[in-house]
Amino acid sequence: MNILAIDTSNQVLGIALIKNNELIAELITNLNKDHSSRLMPAIVEIMEKTELKPEMLDKIIVANGPGSYTGTRIGVTTAKTLAWTLNIPIYTVSSLATVAMNGVFFDGYICPFFDARRKSVFTGLYKWENKQLNVVKKETNIDMMTWLESLKEINDHILFLSPHIHSFQDMITSSLVKNASIPSGSIHLPRPSNLVMLSEQIKESSVHLVSPNYLRITEAESNLLIQQKDEHSHG
Amino acid sequence: MKKDHIILGIETSCDETAVAIIKNGKEIMSNVVSSQIESHKRFGGVVPEIASRHHVEQITVVLEEAFRQAELSWDEINAIAVTEGPGLVGALLIGINAAKALSFAKSKPLIGVHHIAGHIYANRLKTEFEFPLLALIVSGGHTELVLMKDHGTYTLIGETLDDAAGEAYDKIARSLGLPYPGGPQIDRLAHTGEVTIDFPRAWLGDESFDFSFSGLKSAVINYIHNKKQKEEKISKEDIAASFQASVVDVLTEKTFKAAQKYDVKQVIVAGGVAANKGLRKSLVDKFSTTTIPVLIPPIELCTDNAAMIAAAASIQYERQQFAPWDLNGKPSLQLT
Ligand SMILES: [Zn+2]
Repeated sequence: MNILAIDTSNQVLGIALIKNNELIAELITNLNKDHSSRLMPAIVEIMEKTELKPEMLDKIIVANGPGSYTGTRIGVTTAKTLAWTLNIPIYTVSSLATVAMNGVFFDGYICPFFDARRKSVFTGLYKWENKQLNVVKKETNIDMMTWLESLKEINDHILFLSPHIHSFQDMITSSLVKNASIPSGSIHLPRPSNLVMLSEQIKESSVHLVSPNYLRITEAESNLLIQQKDEHSHG
Repeated sequence: MKKDHIILGIETSCDETAVAIIKNGKEIMSNVVSSQIESHKRFGGVVPEIASRHHVEQITVVLEEAFRQAELSWDEINAIAVTEGPGLVGALLIGINAAKALSFAKSKPLIGVHHIAGHIYANRLKTEFEFPLLALIVSGGHTELVLMKDHGTYTLIGETLDDAAGEAYDKIARSLGLPYPGGPQIDRLAHTGEVTIDFPRAWLGDESFDFSFSGLKSAVINYIHNKKQKEEKISKEDIAASFQASVVDVLTEKTFKAAQKYDVKQVIVAGGVAANKGLRKSLVDKFSTTTIPVLIPPIELCTDNAAMIAAAASIQYERQQFAPWDLNGKPSLQLT
C-alpha cells in the first residue's frame, strides 16, 4: 500500500510518502514562494527518490484547508486530478487537524490556528483521547480576541500551535486563558505525515466533490449580503 | 504522411471550465464547457475568487465528460495542453495544476498555450490556415490585430491603448441597465435600433492600427447621463445601434487597411466579440469586394473553450515544445 499525502494549504509545502504503513519520505519547505510552480517538481522528486511510479500509488490524501485560498486549491486540484486519473481513493483532512496532530501526546486541549487577517483566525479546539484526535470546538473563522474569550472557561491546559504563533503570542499570553502552553520551534509547522494518521479516522471522499474547506464566503458575496440587508432596512 | 496525434486541452483562464480532445489540431473529438455565467451575473462581472472556486469543483467532472464524449482511452492521448496565460491568475492555476497531474500520472508531455493563440487557432478547426494571415482578436480583455507569417509566429501590429472592445460593451450595457453579460444584449438591441447619434470614432492617425475605446465609452455614458438629467426619453435601441456602429466601423476599417498593407491571404476573427452579429456582417460586407476570405468561427468556438487550446497546442506538439514541471500561471503573458 503506497500513499501520497499533500499539504499546500499554508506557507509550508509538505509531501509525504507511506509504504506499507511506514513513512519512507517526507518533504517540507517553509518558504515564502509560490506552491504552483513547486508542487509538481517536489512530487516528481520524492517519487523518484523512493522509486515509485504514479501507477503504484494506492491512495491520495490532501489537506483541504482552511488556509490560503490559492494554496489550498493548488494541493486539492493536484490531488483530486491524480486520484481521478489513477482511479484511486482520495481522503481530505483538515489543515487545522494536521497542525493539532503535532500535539498528539499533550495532556489537555490543543488549539491550532492560522492567521486569517484583520486580527481574525481559522481555528478549532481538539483533544487527543482514545487514540484519536477529537474535535471539541468546531472549526471556525473568528476574531482572535473573541475566540480567546471563549476559552477562558477551560481549566485544563491548552496547547497553542500555529505557523503564525509569533503574530498572536502576546495576545494569547495577555488574555484570560488559563494555563496556555506555547512551545517554541518547528512543532508549529504542519507535517504532511500527520495527514496519513488522520485519514485513518475518516471516510473516503467522492473525487468530484472534493474541494477546499474555505470556512469563509468570498468578499464579493459578503458585500452583496451587506448591501441587500441595507436595502432591506432602508426600503 | 505525418502520424496522427491527439491532444487533451484544458482552459480555465476566466469563468469557463473547459476540456476538449482534438485530433491533429483540426478534428474535434469532444469539447466540453462548463460555464459559470449564472454565478457571476449577480455581481455584474466575473469575481476572480468565485471563478477559482468553481474551477476546482468542476475540473474532474468536465474531464470525465470530455473522455466520455470522445470515447477514447488514455493510451490514445499524446499530450496534455493547458492555457498558461493571460488570464485571472487564480483561475489559470486550477487548469495548470490539473494538467500537470494528468501529465505526470499518465507520462504524457505537457504543453503551455497562450490564450490568444488559442482564439486564433479556433479557426483552424474549420478552415486550414494560409499565410500570411491577419487575425483580429476582440474580447472582454483584448482588442488586437496580429499578423501571422507561419504557424506559431505572431507579430502584434495593433492593440488597444485603453479599454478592450468587450469591456466597453459591458460598461455601456451596465449604464443602460442591461443584465450581465452586456455584449450580446447590446448586439441584440442594436438590430432593432437606428444609428441616430454620432458617437466618436478614434482613428489615432492614418498609419495606426491601434485602438482606443475609452473616449467612446465616456461619450456614450455622458450622453445617457445628460438625457437623464434633462429628464428626456432615451432610446436604448438607438444608443446601442449608434455605439455598436462606432466600434464596428473602427474595427472593420483598421482590419481592412492592415489586410491590404500586409497583403494577407486570410482574415481571421477571434475572441468572444467575434460572436457579435454586427461585427460579423460589417467585416464580411467590407471584404466582399476583395478576394480575401474572412474566417469567423461558429459561436461556440468564439467564446472561451478548450478545443482552441488543444488546436493551438498541435503546432507546439509537432515542434516538441514541451513545458517543464514548474509551469506556472502567467496573468499577463505576451503573444510572441
Ligand atoms: Zn478568451
